[in-house]
Parts: sequence; structure tokens; C-alpha cells
Amino acid sequence: MYQFEFKRAESLDQAAQWVNDGGQLLAGGQTMLASMKQRLMQPETLIDLNSISQLAGICEENGAITIGAMTRHQAVATDSLIISKVPALAHLAGGIGDKQVRAMGTLGGSVANNDPAACYPSAVLGLNATVKTNQREIAADDFFQGLYATALEPSEIITAIRFPVPEMAAYAKFKQPASRYALVGVFVAKTAQGVRVAITGAGNGVFRHAGLEQALNASFSAEAVENVAIDASDLSGDLHASPQYRAQLIKIQTQRAVNQALGKGS
Amino acid sequence: MGSNDFANLPYIGESVLRKEDERFLTGTGQYTDDIQLNNMVYAYFVRSPHAHATIKSINKTDALAAPGVVAIYDGQDVVDAKINGLPCGWLITSTDGEPMKEPPHPILCQGKARYVGDHVAMVLADSLEQARDAAELVEVDYDVLPAIADIRDAGKDGAPQLHDEAPNNHCYKWAIGDKAGVDKAFEQAAHVTKIDLVNNRLVPNAMEPRAAIGCYNRAADEYTLYVSNQNPHVERLLLTAFVMGLPEHKVRVIAPDVGGGFGSKIYLYAEDVCVTWAAKKLNRTVKWTADRTEAFLSDAHGRDHVTHAEMAMDKNGKFLAFRVHTDANMGAYLSTFSTCIPTILYATLLAGQYTTPQVYVEVDAWFTNTAPVDAYRGAGRPEATYLLERIVSRAGWELGLSQDEIRRRNFINEFPYQTPVALQYDTGDFHQCLDKAMELADVAGFESRRKESTSKGLLRGIGYSSYIEACGLAPSNIAGALGARAGLFECGEVRVHPTGSVTVFTGSHSHGQGHETTFAQVVAARLGIPVENVDIVHGDTGRVPFGMGTYGSRSISVGGSAIMRAIDKIEAKAKKIAAHLMEASDTDIEFANGEFTVKGTDKKIPFAQVALTAYVPHNYPLETLEPGLNETAFYDPTNFTFPAGTYICEVEINPKTGETRVDRFTAMDDFGTIINPMIVEGQVHGGLAQGIGQALMEHCVYDRETAQLLTGSFMDYTMPRADDLPNFKIGHVCTPCTTNPLGTKGCGEAGAIGSPPAVMNAVLDALAPLGVKDLDMPATPHRVWQAIEQAKA
Repeated sequence: MYQFEFKRAESLDQAAQWVNDGGQLLAGGQTMLASMKQRLMQPETLIDLNSISQLAGICEENGAITIGAMTRHQAVATDSLIISKVPALAHLAGGIGDKQVRAMGTLGGSVANNDPAACYPSAVLGLNATVKTNQREIAADDFFQGLYATALEPSEIITAIRFPVPEMAAYAKFKQPASRYALVGVFVAKTAQGVRVAITGAGNGVFRHAGLEQALNASFSAEAVENVAIDASDLSGDLHASPQYRAQLIKIQTQRAVNQALGKGS
Repeated sequence: MGSNDFANLPYIGESVLRKEDERFLTGTGQYTDDIQLNNMVYAYFVRSPHAHATIKSINKTDALAAPGVVAIYDGQDVVDAKINGLPCGWLITSTDGEPMKEPPHPILCQGKARYVGDHVAMVLADSLEQARDAAELVEVDYDVLPAIADIRDAGKDGAPQLHDEAPNNHCYKWAIGDKAGVDKAFEQAAHVTKIDLVNNRLVPNAMEPRAAIGCYNRAADEYTLYVSNQNPHVERLLLTAFVMGLPEHKVRVIAPDVGGGFGSKIYLYAEDVCVTWAAKKLNRTVKWTADRTEAFLSDAHGRDHVTHAEMAMDKNGKFLAFRVHTDANMGAYLSTFSTCIPTILYATLLAGQYTTPQVYVEVDAWFTNTAPVDAYRGAGRPEATYLLERIVSRAGWELGLSQDEIRRRNFINEFPYQTPVALQYDTGDFHQCLDKAMELADVAGFESRRKESTSKGLLRGIGYSSYIEACGLAPSNIAGALGARAGLFECGEVRVHPTGSVTVFTGSHSHGQGHETTFAQVVAARLGIPVENVDIVHGDTGRVPFGMGTYGSRSISVGGSAIMRAIDKIEAKAKKIAAHLMEASDTDIEFANGEFTVKGTDKKIPFAQVALTAYVPHNYPLETLEPGLNETAFYDPTNFTFPAGTYICEVEINPKTGETRVDRFTAMDDFGTIINPMIVEGQVHGGLAQGIGQALMEHCVYDRETAQLLTGSFMDYTMPRADDLPNFKIGHVCTPCTTNPLGTKGCGEAGAIGSPPAVMNAVLDALAPLGVKDLDMPATPHRVWQAIEQAKA
């Protein structure tokens, strides 16, 4: 790890000020600290958000669930409100990393980082959530912009994410065997506005799949997905999966998610 | 004492809780990196980012000026200090009579880097962070050369050349067996089964990374090296006699608590030499601890074979001859025991449990731009077992014989049995292992389980593996005749204290095996004293007389036998003391349950009284007997030991995704006498996890063009985890080893040796209905799915 200055922000305004001065935000640190230890990142100043208590917490407002940016994965996984309203989200959070990661990792940190194989972005996009920052609100469809890229301005801080409650939803993750990140993760949500299918792990960032959404809007069933064409040409290929295999997994994981949402098991 | 008598003693066969666990579980273990000494500096190595490159220049100016930097050494400093390269401990002679090619293995690169992670320079600073910071300022001007990662590319025309001393990157061509006889047998065969397979390269991944601390005492001109190592005396011998030219008595090597080795900590590594050398040069204590990235890059890797083999059979499926050609990867340099792994420890096991009368094995070893390859849990024997059990299963399928029948028809039934590939098996009962394995695995219920899987859209398969391994390395004279440049005996010293408690000094080294308990059980059983009264000391050349260390499942059979011999001496001397005390003849004294008795009388005295008398010799035959009760013995085995068994695996595969789950795994092992069943079970569990890991998950991949390590972290290198494994069913058959006083055979590697072919045979059995005939390890979901897709096409 390179030398750096550590600053603990006591308020959102103070954090914003320090970010403006060029600091790097530290949320749960489960990606960043590992990168720093490997000397892949070299921030001069770390601004720790962990003391700003208003950034953590879960509440229901106007029929939606709002989760503070600094809420740990473990808190989301075990929260009774989330378990009753959006069990898919609790399930997703409970499957991130390992116990240690879930105890420290945060929703805001994961979404801001936008790792192409992270789980949370698929829930944000799949549930048509709204990302609240210290400056504005950003719709999920506008927020994710490809590999580690988001709509966030350099000085912008995610404060919370508002998840509308779907009619039903499920997340089916096919784990990359080594890292246990999503080799392919599919979040399926059936909402009043229609079905949304958000896919992580398979490309340069989370994306929706129009063909799958169309098929599931016509019939919300695993069978409906069977003949949907999944184009492998835009998908990632690496040691762990060819684009063709990822295409196959998108279909299978979508079917598994639909079955889970329907309470049919996977 | 015979092994049958021994097996009936108290403590033998008892699951005594591990004495070492309290310190490990409460965090008070003392690993090399836990040791803090005065006057310490920290070493960090500048490693080559290129697989193959000429080093044109090294500019240390900026780095030397960085804060805290004490010194920076490179290859030229090594030359100036006249430090030799790292030696290879086993000479292999090629079929043309020429010795293997043995290019220099410098501790710091001499003008050329030959793999990613090769040691270019050592930076020493007051703190580790300062050393790392300065390392980034060392400017190395590389001229990048084309590289080779895959053995199949090493011998090609125009391939990049690693060493001037090894034309065509060829290290040796070695063979065993009667080629003409084998070829002739093939001409008469009714059926020939052929196979091509790859034994996948693995990274050892001990939980504790390698670490070393070099110390120098100017007053006595003595060095101490703390190092995470499996055999400190061997380390010292290699370091002093071969590399640094130091007298052995001036160097003490301490291997304290060691967090796993799996073979990777047998060897003398460049870092160990560097810290020792720098300690004197700087008159400072020099500490180095590998981070996980360095472990991936620079620990000696395992396996990495490409093999073609053919089995000739008569019309009844009786094996007539086995013909094998293997290409083996040595990596960029020869690691300490690299050369004997794909030869002596591999080809000699290719008779397996079968009466195949003729076996011919040819091995080509190659240099590539990858980390050195050496022994890894099983070392040659997993490669042999994988090959043999894959081809035997395939032969059964081709001939329409059941998997147990093809094996039964060829099992060796009579012992001792001389194989055509040098080994003589002393004992075993292969039929019983197979029968009991099938019973424990409920093979009878397989078809109904298969139907149940089918109803869920899943494929179920069952796979067998009947392995044998040669452990208890080794009769020194045989090893020497085969090229070993060292003896392979073991040493034990038993020190009985005046009050009757005992300290045992053993040359075996425990890095997870539980010797502190198992060995204490042996001593407590023999002397009839509580196991709490026995402590085991190991891992310190300053305290243990000598030792060859722990590898090849040799500790109990060789190290334990040395202790048994020392106890024989203790017992003989104690009997003389007891005879004197009880005014009887030596020959009338009997010793059992911790008491000396005079035959035919009720006279008796306890062991503790004899011990006290030995040290307070007031009433003592001083004119004929020395005081004290402290004996040392060296034990050189007369044969290898031969653990064997049958493993049966059932897998369930989802054909849509290739997901493969080990649903059931049964291991039936014959380890001879078992001293602590709990510890043996733990060893089998660990071995199975590693073997299943190799079969389904683990794969060290270098880019075939650039020879960059693609699986350089746990993000890409898959380790098996608890939820990847079923609850194992484990059972034992016992045919005691006939060549050592304990009857033990060794259990450390069996799990890793026997399991990969059982898993892969199960996978291939499951996939057979889809037309998949072949698949290499690891059978990841991706590969299984691809195999299914290819079979469809």
C-alpha cells in the first residue's frame, strides 16, 4: 500500500468539500482496499464515509424502499422490511462475497464502483431504482454507463437508492468459480410498468435485454424464454467463459430467476 | 517389537486430540513472519514482469536514494560474492547415456529473466513499505524475447531458446522398461485402448506463504535462517555445501510453525539464500515474507504433463503391456527435486494394482518460460494414477466390462509382487479394498439414484479409481542408484528426563500433519507413560541431530521408525538398569505397561524409577553402563511402503450449464497400521479436497503466446471450498506394512492421488449418453458445457 492521508468525514458537506479538493471516497472498502494493498490504486487522500450515520439505514417511503448508501450488505440481507417487500434484493445481498465482505461492503460503494461482475447494479437496473446523490436523483437507466463508468460527477456522492417494490422479482447468479463474482447474474423484476431483465457479469457492465423482456412481458414463464435469441457477439469472453457460454447462461439464469420469482424454485 | 504387537499397545488406534491445536486455534502459533528480531531490515524482490527477456541494464541510483533503503543487490553482486546457483538434487540420465541438462539457476538473474516473477534484484530497507517503494524505482532495461509457456511448443523448430546449455529446451529423455518386449506384446494384442491426456498444472497455495529471516552473529561467525520449510536439514545442506560454500556447523536452520507445504516448501529457494547472504553482508537481520502474488508467481508449481498411452489386452481384458510417452514441464529452471518427479516417482507407479507383465515409459522433460515445477502433494504418483485409472476405465467401457470387473481381472493377488517397473510391493489386498469401497458407496443403489437424477434433468455418473503409491521414501541405496544426490533415512532422538517425561527430537517436520500428537502416541505407547508426558521437537537443526524432513508421506514410516529404533535402545538400556536395581539378570527383565518386571517373580519397578536412577546413579552399574537415558537412532528403510485403495465417486451434471457436483465420494484406503484415526481421516479429507480441486477447479494457466500468468490470484485460480465437497465416506482395510516396525504405510497424499481419476471417470460416465468420450481436467462447468456442445456438433 502506498502512503496516503486518511480523513474521516463527519458530515456529507464535509465529505463533499474534501472530494472537491481531490480526495477519494472510502465506503466499505472491500474492492478499494484490496486494490490499494496490491498497489493498483494510489489515492493521496481517503475520505472515510463510515462516520456519517445518516447515510446508513433502510426505510419505506411512498411505497418504495430507500436504502442508505452506507448500508452494509449484511444489513440488507437480513432486514425484515426488505425480506417482506423485495426478498430478491435481500437474497442478492446475502450472496455477495463472503461473510467478511458482507459485514463491511456497502450498497453505495458497489453501485458507484460499477464492477461489470458486481451483483448490486443488476438489482438497481432491474428494479428501475433511483440513485439519490448529494446533488440530484438519477434513474437507473441513465446511471450505469459501461465498465466502471457511471453518471456520477467527480464530486458527487451517492446518499441512498430508492427501490420501487415490484410485483415479483428474483436474482439468479451463476458464480465465477474462483472469485464467486457473477459469471452471469440475471435480475428479473415484474413491475406494473412491465418486466425488466438486468444482466451483470456478461458484458462491459450491467445491461437490460430487450428480447428477454419482450418475451416475459408476453408470458412471465421460464418456457417463454426458451426461444429468445441471445446474441453472443457483444458478450465477454475470458478464461472462465466464452461469449457463447455466457449467452447460454443468460438464458438459463433468466429461466431460473423467473421460476424463483414464481416461487417454483430454480 | 513386531508391528502386530505394536498395533495392540494402548494409544495406538486412538483418536487422541491434537496437542498442537490449542496453540493454533488460539493464535499463539509462531510462524516465520511472526518472529521479530532486533536490527531487522526488510527485503523485497524486483521480479521480472516479462516471461523471457534480456536484462540490458539495471539502474539503482534513484532507488538507492529513496528513504530507508539500506542496499540493493542484483545478479552482478551475486557473481562478485561467488554464490553458486541453486542445485538440483536428483540426476536423471538420458537414454543416450548423457546426464540431464542442468543449466545454472542463479539466485538473482544473470543478464536474462526466464519467467514472470524471476528474481532480478533484492531491495533492502528499514521497512517493508520503503523496500516496496524503492523497488518501483529500480530501472530495469529489458529486451523482451519471445517466450514458451506450453511444453507442446518447447521442442518446435525455431522455438525461443531458454538456456545455451539445453539445446531445443530439452532437459532429458528418460525411459524405463523393455521397449522391444512391449512392442511385441502389442502385436499380439486382441484389443488396444489408447488415451491422450493432460495433467493440469497446479499452484500449491499453502495457507502460509513462504517466508525467510536471515541472521548473522559476527562474534561466532554463525548464521541462523528461519524459513517456512519442510526439511530444515536438507535446506541447510543445500544452502551451505552447494550454494554458499559455508561449513554446515556455522549455519542453523529453523523451520518453526509452518502453515502448509504440500511439497512447495521442500526446496531451497533463491529468497532463502538471498536473506542469508545479505545478513552477513549488512550485519543486519533480513526478513522476507512472500505476498500471495509472489506465491503464485514463484512457488514451485505442480503436475503439468502431456501424455499419450496405450494398453494392450487379450480378448478377456487381461492387460498384456502398457506403453506410455509423457512430456513433462520443468519450468524455467530445475527446482530441487523437479527431475525425479516425472520419472522415478511417476513411471515406477505405472503398473498400479495390476499384473501388467510389461510396461514401457518414455519421458521427455522440457524447459519453458514458467515458474519451476516440482513435487506437489503426491508428486508423480497422482499423474501416474490419473493416467492408469483413466485408461483402465476406458478399457472397461470399450470392452463392455463393468468398472470393477476390468480391475478384478487384472489385480495383483500375491505378495510380495515384483512389478516390471522396479518396485516390489510387500503387501496389500486390492480385492478387499474394492469390495468394501463398493459396499460403502452403495454401488447397488446407483441405478436408482441415476434414475432419480434423470427425472430432474440431470446426468449422474459413477467413477472408480484403484490407486497405489510408493511412500516412505526411501532406501538410500536404491534412491542413490536411481540418481538421488542425498540419502533418504530419518533420525530420531529420544531423551528421557530424570523424572520420566520425554522429549523426542525428530528429523520429520510437521506443517499440518499432527506429528506432535501421533509421534507422542508412539512414544507413550512404547514406554507406557501418559501422552501428555511426551513432547516432540522438530524443525531446528540446532536441536535435532539430523533429518531428511517431511514429504512423500514418509514421516510416520521413516521418522516414526527412527523413533522406534531409539526407543529400542532406551528399552535395552533401561532393562539393564532395572536388572541391576532388582538384582536380576538382564535377560529376565520384561517391560510392559510402563513397568519392568522380573520373569517368574512379582518384582517390579516403574519406568520413572529407572529414569531417575539413570540420572542419579548412586546404585548403578557404573563400571559397565553409562549414566543417562538418551538415545539416537538413524533408520534407513529397506523398501518403500505401498498405501493403496479404491475410491468411488458419483457426480451429478446439469447438461444445460455444465455444472458438476460431486454428490458422493467414498474412499477405502489401506494405510497399514493407523495410529491416530482422527488425524488420518483429516489427512484423507484434505487430500480429497485437493484431488477434487484438481479434477474440477484448479488450473494454473499461462498465456500460450506471452507466458504471462493468467491465473495469478484467487480471483482466477479456483480453490476448492467446503461447499464444493460432499460429506466423504471413508473406510479402511489394513494389511500392515511388512518392512517397518510400525506396520504403517503413510496417508498424507493418498487422497490427492486417488481422487482425480475417480472424479473424471464419473464425469465421463455421466456424459457418455451425450457422446462425450474425452475431457481434460479441470472439468469446470464451462469445459463440460463445451464438451457437450462439441459432441452435439
